[in-house]
Amino acid sequence: MNPDLTRATAAELADALAQGTVSSVEVTQAHLDRIAAVDGQVHSYLHVDGEGALAAARAVDERRAAGESLGVLAGVPIAVKDVMTTKGLPTTCGSRILEGWIPPYDATVVRHLREAGMPILGKTNMDEFAMGSSTEHSAYGPSRNPWDLDRIPGGSGGGSSSVLASFQAPLATGTDTGGSIRQPAAVTATVGTKPTYGGVSRYGLVALASSLDQAGPCGRTVLDTALLHAVMGGHDPLDSTSIDAPVPAVVEAARRADVKGLKIGIVKELGGEGYQPGVRARFEESVQLLVDLGAEVVEVSCPNFDYALAAYYLILPSEASSNLAKFDAMRYGLRVAPEGVDAPSAEQVMAATRDAGFGPEVKRRIILGTYALSSGYYDAYYGSAQKVRALIAQDFARAFEQVDVLVSPTAPTTAFKLGDKLDDPMAMYLNDIATIPANLAGVPGMSLPSGLADEDGLPAGIQILAPAMQDERLYTVGAALEGALIDRWGGHLLDRVPELTATSEPKGA
Amino acid sequence: MSTSITTEAVMDYDEAMARFDPVMGLEVHVELHTNTKMFCGCPTTFGAEPNTQVCPVCLGLPGALPVVNEKAVESAIRIGLALHCEIAEWCRFARKNYFYPDMPKNFQTSQYDEPIAFNGYLDVELEDGSTYRVEIERAHMEEDTGKSLHIGGSTGRIHGADYSLVDYNRAGIPLIEIVTKPMVGAGERAPEVAKAYVSALRDLLRALDVSDVKMEQGSMRCDANVSLRPKVGGDPLSAEQLAVPLGTRTETKNVNSLRSVERAVRYEISRHAAILAAGGSILQETRHWHEDTGVTTSGREKSDAEDYRYFPEPDLVPVAPSRELVESLRGTLPEPPGLRRRRLQGEWGYSDLEMRDVLNAGAVELIEQTVAAGASPAAAKKWWLGEPSRRANAQAQDLVTYAAEIGLTPAHVAELDGLVTSGRLNDSMARQVLDGVLAGEGTPTAVADARGLELVQDDGALEAAVDKVIEANPDVAAKIRDGKVAAAGALIGQVMKEMKGQADAGKARSLILDKLQ
Repeated sequence: MNPDLTRATAAELADALAQGTVSSVEVTQAHLDRIAAVDGQVHSYLHVDGEGALAAARAVDERRAAGESLGVLAGVPIAVKDVMTTKGLPTTCGSRILEGWIPPYDATVVRHLREAGMPILGKTNMDEFAMGSSTEHSAYGPSRNPWDLDRIPGGSGGGSSSVLASFQAPLATGTDTGGSIRQPAAVTATVGTKPTYGGVSRYGLVALASSLDQAGPCGRTVLDTALLHAVMGGHDPLDSTSIDAPVPAVVEAARRADVKGLKIGIVKELGGEGYQPGVRARFEESVQLLVDLGAEVVEVSCPNFDYALAAYYLILPSEASSNLAKFDAMRYGLRVAPEGVDAPSAEQVMAATRDAGFGPEVKRRIILGTYALSSGYYDAYYGSAQKVRALIAQDFARAFEQVDVLVSPTAPTTAFKLGDKLDDPMAMYLNDIATIPANLAGVPGMSLPSGLADEDGLPAGIQILAPAMQDERLYTVGAALEGALIDRWGGHLLDRVPELTATSEPKGA
Repeated sequence: MSTSITTEAVMDYDEAMARFDPVMGLEVHVELHTNTKMFCGCPTTFGAEPNTQVCPVCLGLPGALPVVNEKAVESAIRIGLALHCEIAEWCRFARKNYFYPDMPKNFQTSQYDEPIAFNGYLDVELEDGSTYRVEIERAHMEEDTGKSLHIGGSTGRIHGADYSLVDYNRAGIPLIEIVTKPMVGAGERAPEVAKAYVSALRDLLRALDVSDVKMEQGSMRCDANVSLRPKVGGDPLSAEQLAVPLGTRTETKNVNSLRSVERAVRYEISRHAAILAAGGSILQETRHWHEDTGVTTSGREKSDAEDYRYFPEPDLVPVAPSRELVESLRGTLPEPPGLRRRRLQGEWGYSDLEMRDVLNAGAVELIEQTVAAGASPAAAKKWWLGEPSRRANAQAQDLVTYAAEIGLTPAHVAELDGLVTSGRLNDSMARQVLDGVLAGEGTPTAVADARGLELVQDDGALEAAVDKVIEANPDVAAKIRDGKVAAAGALIGQVMKEMKGQADAGKARSLILDKLQ
């Protein structure tokens, strides 16, 4: 194991903790020190909870000393996306409207983490209410890509991806509504999985679009991601849409790492024009590696994927416009009095607060969704989008009759420069073109690094998609490919990420 | 700021009925008395400290998710079945989106175009014994909102209030909304039909044991839609009359007693008639009923432009009750109230008039339980319809509520009756005992003991009193000896006085007659 504890994988840390060669307090403190040194430059965290993390670490060390049997990841610290409620810790979703709100309850996922003995280092940055692909829509400023601090770390989960790529946590949680786990993983050379819809509880995830949102694990290796997946997942009676079945055997699948005899489909519609040459080249190399490993590769067509983005941008804003209605200043969060109004009514306070508390992208989507659901437009917009959604699910079903998994580049490009697409929402939306179909159909997807693009030297990602409830396939294919790529590279891609110079001005938490 | 209610023109009801045909639609909201709320595990106890029965789900905190209360779904299905509805094989919840401070999520989780129950009817018995069939459009599930309390101002309404308080204890209580199809053909009896429908529905829901159905506490609430159309001919059910298009409706809210249902419908008919007769047109709007003044006033305008942006609730999975479940729930339905009333009337031997008194007093269940506890039907009726009914009326409470509050149970009444039939008490003593029970002095036996009320069983004392009275009234005694038995009454009175009321008058009478004949 790397003597620098922040460079170790979660699996390595877990082994060392189990063997007693390091304590959770040491591991946690090493990460807190790293955060203090580099987060001023990366801005991955919105809130760091050093005290709470160390207290949890001490508690798990004591339990281990007392001979208690603990979970695999006990003592391994983690960063939590700020969209998940954490009892006693701020939860802002990257929005001003929730500034200062301390949830009175833990999300089910967070409860799982605590029960597994994982110290929570802090809350990671995100696009406001998970709307965006760059973290530039965070009300608290963007996170930066450790590969190039002038570039975006992906979004909405850019806080979680940059935390991993800058070694400020070995693991992080994410949520993926249209690619918010996978696209950030792709542009930072990290790994992220969107599980099957319903595989991880949504209870305590501040909802963006209920029928699309899915929480999942983020790590630096496929195995680490699987270990976290197993902790996060499982049936939750508090979430009606949660699947009542055991978590798929993802850890075993990652250890198996075998693609011999598997049929892999390349999605014709997710590639080619609009995809950066370097991204395509790395993708094609990865596919060749899979063939070399014994997989059979064929091309499959999913013709309705062409309509996925349009359908997504009707369904998501519609649900979001309703989900975000609760932010009205009446019970919690920001409250703004309208200017120049004596004794304002509740409605006037609601309007003033929502005007001041929501950023432009959130307002844009609330307006879109409100319009799409309006009487007279519902059938044409929301109704048609749901039909497209059914057709996309049908495309997946047909494809999975022919192949075991599908593959595509995760995102069409490598990380773009901060500010590049901020004034062009459509260009920003197009970044999720390859990841959105999985959310519409509820199937699981993973992104892992495929290499660095020749033209800019920045990471590219490959996406693996599997049928619903077959999340194991992502891990066995992902781990096999990861192994072959690391052999080719002579080490993990993240070994090449530029060293961040420690600054003397740690970001105030 | 005080709002004065402007009196609107109304037309004399009979004149209105001579010119117009009324059509009604009633929407009744019923709070189910499940132990927990519709989508979370919070308790539903009425009258708890404000905001103590809340959790992240019913407060709509960020991240919280709903889970359907299966008991509430079962109650909804039972209500649907009792209303002869079809039960959906698959239906969804929908979000009804609008902003209001007492609605935590700013949408209400309800049902829209896929109600759990639809296409039913309820036969309603009118006072003359005829039956009106109310067609049921649908019964759907939804959650209640919180309760706003507007402080300051004169009306208790939001306009003019200094500030408002919100109690979210009520937010998320399961509600069933039962919507009728347009009720046509009632003619001049429309107000009576409206009241009879709500009353029959209340009886049905009470028999189903799904709700407290207390209109005064808001666990049953009625909105009355009324419209008028020109009258054609004399028969409100004629094809010509039914072919006339419906007029513009108003929806009157806040109708919180049976009497108000009748009055509010009647008022709106007269008000509409005056406007239409003067050549005006009805504004489609919400009206508020004022119990005290007996008028409605304009609420917010409710036009078709109001857009709730319904869409299927993505946080919940569809409700798909199996046919086995539906049939097993059908097996739990109680006897329909109308049939049950006729059966009980037969068993109890009451005349139609007596049964109507019992119904009007709301005493059917109480009498049934009292008879089950051992009293005779006649005695049970006599006691319940006496002092307890009089006092409940005086307090404008229904008998069941009054009895529950005062602590008078069917077992008490049966016990009281037992004290009379066993000869321990006479009627006037029993009335004193009942007063004691109503005053909270304890059970009938305890009250009789404490007050020392007991017929004197010692025949010696009674005989001595009889002898004394006969001796003191030789002229009356002579009349009785001459065969004027009726004169004994005067002596019995004196004997009872001698015995301080604690004697069996019948026994005194036979003693007197024995001695003088």
